[in-house]
Amino acid sequence: MALKTQESGSPAAIARKHGIRIVGIWFVLSLITDLVVWFVWGPHMPPGTMTTSAAGQQFDFKVLTVMSVPVLFMVWVYGVYVIVKFRDRGDHEDGYYVKGNRKSQALWYAATAVLVLSLAGFGTYELVVPAGAGVGEGPSPIWKPANAKHILQVQVIAQQWRFTYRWPQFGGMETTSLVLPVNTEIQFNVTSLDVIHDFWAYQLGVKADANPEVNNVAYTKTQQTGRFVVRCDELCGIWHGAMYNYGNVVSQNAFYQWATSMQAKNASLTKLLPKYSTVYVPNDNVVGGQYFNG
Amino acid sequence: MAIDMSQSTGVGQSGGAGGSTAVKWFARGNIVSATVLGAGGWFFGHWWGNVIAGQYTSVQNSGTNDVSWLLGAIFATVAWFIGLGALNHPIAKLWGGEAPLPEKKEKYSIWEYFSYSTDHKVVGIQYLFAMLMYFFVAGLLALGIRTELLSPTYHIWGPDTYIEIVGEHGTMMMMMMTSVIMGPFGNFLVPLMIGSKKMAFPRLEAVSFWFTVPAFFFLLSALWQGGFQSGWTGYAPLSIQGGVGQDAYLFSFALMAMSMLAASTNMVATIINYRAPGMRWSRLSVLAWGMITTAFTMILSVPVLIDGLYVMGMDRAVQTSMLYGQHGGSPFLWENLFWFFGHPEVYLLALPGFAMTTEILPVFARKPIFAFKTSVAGMIGVATLSFFVWQHHLFNSGMNPDMRPLFMLSTELISIPTGFLYLVGMGTVWRGRLRFNVPMLFMLSVFFNFLWGGITGVYNSDVPVDALIHGSFFVMAHFHFTIMGQLMFAVFGAIYYYTPLFFGIKLSEKLGKIHFWTMFIFFNSTFLPLFIVGWLGQPRRVFEYAARLQTLNQWVSISAYGLGLSLAFFVVTFVWQLVVSRPKSEQNPWDSRGLEWLVGIPVPKDNFEQIPVVLSSPYEYGNPNAGPMADLAPSISSVGSDA
Repeated sequence: MALKTQESGSPAAIARKHGIRIVGIWFVLSLITDLVVWFVWGPHMPPGTMTTSAAGQQFDFKVLTVMSVPVLFMVWVYGVYVIVKFRDRGDHEDGYYVKGNRKSQALWYAATAVLVLSLAGFGTYELVVPAGAGVGEGPSPIWKPANAKHILQVQVIAQQWRFTYRWPQFGGMETTSLVLPVNTEIQFNVTSLDVIHDFWAYQLGVKADANPEVNNVAYTKTQQTGRFVVRCDELCGIWHGAMYNYGNVVSQNAFYQWATSMQAKNASLTKLLPKYSTVYVPNDNVVGGQYFNG
Repeated sequence: MAIDMSQSTGVGQSGGAGGSTAVKWFARGNIVSATVLGAGGWFFGHWWGNVIAGQYTSVQNSGTNDVSWLLGAIFATVAWFIGLGALNHPIAKLWGGEAPLPEKKEKYSIWEYFSYSTDHKVVGIQYLFAMLMYFFVAGLLALGIRTELLSPTYHIWGPDTYIEIVGEHGTMMMMMMTSVIMGPFGNFLVPLMIGSKKMAFPRLEAVSFWFTVPAFFFLLSALWQGGFQSGWTGYAPLSIQGGVGQDAYLFSFALMAMSMLAASTNMVATIINYRAPGMRWSRLSVLAWGMITTAFTMILSVPVLIDGLYVMGMDRAVQTSMLYGQHGGSPFLWENLFWFFGHPEVYLLALPGFAMTTEILPVFARKPIFAFKTSVAGMIGVATLSFFVWQHHLFNSGMNPDMRPLFMLSTELISIPTGFLYLVGMGTVWRGRLRFNVPMLFMLSVFFNFLWGGITGVYNSDVPVDALIHGSFFVMAHFHFTIMGQLMFAVFGAIYYYTPLFFGIKLSEKLGKIHFWTMFIFFNSTFLPLFIVGWLGQPRRVFEYAARLQTLNQWVSISAYGLGLSLAFFVVTFVWQLVVSRPKSEQNPWDSRGLEWLVGIPVPKDNFEQIPVVLSSPYEYGNPNAGPMADLAPSISSVGSDA
């Protein structure tokens, strides 16, 4: 088949002509969209800023979106341009015979490598510096909050199909609701009595699997009051979908009042519980999810 | 090398003494005897399991006997293969005789498509229909899920039925996707593309297909045995807790794993050893490159799955305790085993899709593949890196966190070779003369859809962001874009592209475009909002969700019905054209240079009368000096004269 070029000029000149148009459109669209993402959309992105880890997740999501937008537009603008410009014109000719281009390939390799490595660096910084970013770190966490003196300990006990909470600093009482003080470092000790669950306090930006006989530690620091939802985020059986409850971040005074009154009210029940421990062994032989110290 | 390429020894004449008439009709095996024997095997195994384990305390306490279920399934499967005639050859060999492969034919009767065929073209078509069956059944289950999610509280299914449907949908889809390109297109096309008369191991090829049939029915049978609550990921201890439906899950998944092993071993052996003279690695089609990288990935990762499923079966049936605590085991063992298979798996779903896309793109762009070596390097890079990323599924799991930055890095690195495939695609269409036939539309949409999946994959790999979206609908939307949006769109494009070769018919462009546009629009309209739904806090696999998310969920459900209708439209038009109208295809309808199109339609029974000599790359579009890709009737002098 005879090759009939649709355009005259050297390949480089043709590439420059089309390339300038594509890059121009791409740059304008990406810039506008990125500004909108950063300034207009960004501050309203979930999960909000109730805790440091939630704020960190919001910030990271925003940064990733700003970096994704140019990539999306590169493919879209290029694709639309090619579809419009390089169509078959009904003459069933073949295209321009080229099997590679050293320069554009090298540029591509370098650009993707730089983008990917900087993302990995950014992600690592955002994981390590804010004490694990609200992610469960297992029984021996390596990224801890700097001010480790005043940490509120909250144990999350998951079982099919509910969450309960134990408070070692309040006599080891167990509650069915989760109330937290504002402006406080919090350590969640997440464990399970049966299968794998996942403690996902959405607005708190905390997520940690609840494994039987494993203590999974996650840190965060509250910075705003408000209501939050706790959902199980790991398939745990039939009623997984109904395994959720709500909690509140309240002022430090209100929290202290709630905790001490609960401690007094629950004192008779707390005596019946097994001693506070990071993990428990479930008792298979008793119906109703009893457990004891391992 | 012991490959006889002479004319007389294609498949069908490997036997010495005897010939096919020597096999008595009752020993030949067919699907009826297989079903009868399989049922007998089931009852025998079940009875025997009750004899063995009926007195176990665990059986008496729970009332379910996993030993008898698993023994029943094992005996049923073995008897099924005996009934198909799979053992005729080894048994004849033991007797010192010979059970030759049956004669290949130009045209088979319908009945022979239900037999233990060793013709690679028959196996390809068997696979095509079986995998479409998997896809459409699992797709109907997805509509069941979406129907439940019309309302934020449960209203159609009970919570138990809902979770059964979710697990069934996921497992069936994941099992099917592993084979949906290698099975139909790999088996049918690879010998044609490399200039061979057959696959290396025709009997292994038959085995690989016939594993998928009992796998399908065993998996489906879970629905009326209480199902399995663990989803396709089967996390212990939940999977140890479940009833016999869980045995159906692990057994059918293991059968599919056997099928993958058989198919991939065969694929590797064929591509390495059965290339025609002149078929250098640099002239190998991208699809064949995709098949061999995928097959290597399968061979290395699938045994880990089989191991994990075996351990799960032992824990359930004979009370070992490897996957749960208290007696020395750990649920982390399953999580690691499963994802060590599971993550290579999701890339071995993506690779064939990309290979297929890159294969078909140059035909409609009328240009060579841009940066061919880069596309191969991209596939090998993805396959290699896929073994070093599995812990990104376990960022929240409570495992030792030291390795998180490393797994974040390796996961993000994998976007470099994935990016190569975009470079290749974008370079290939540059200054082409794009022809927008239906296969081309599907291939272009692959790039659009996968872009969403790929970009959001970066979000998933970033640990702090993953803390937000792990286990939510965001992840679910992500992998539906990479698997359905990429792989299934490539499969449908390939169906439109290869029906002339497979069936001698060319599907209508008009109907195909209606199918494409509805499927493309409804697919995106179904899954794009799910990113938002997950981001706003809806976990996966729930039947109850926040009331504020109801509008979005209803939008998604209605779009899903649209997607279902689009696929139903495909089924109806495809079957109509295949069975009733049969629009005859001309030779090489797409002006392809590929060797698979040079043999003519219909494909001759031995593919090539003589082993061809390959003269150039299949992608020399636009090269004024390019001759045909291969000499189909080579003389001695042409062997050394390739360009």
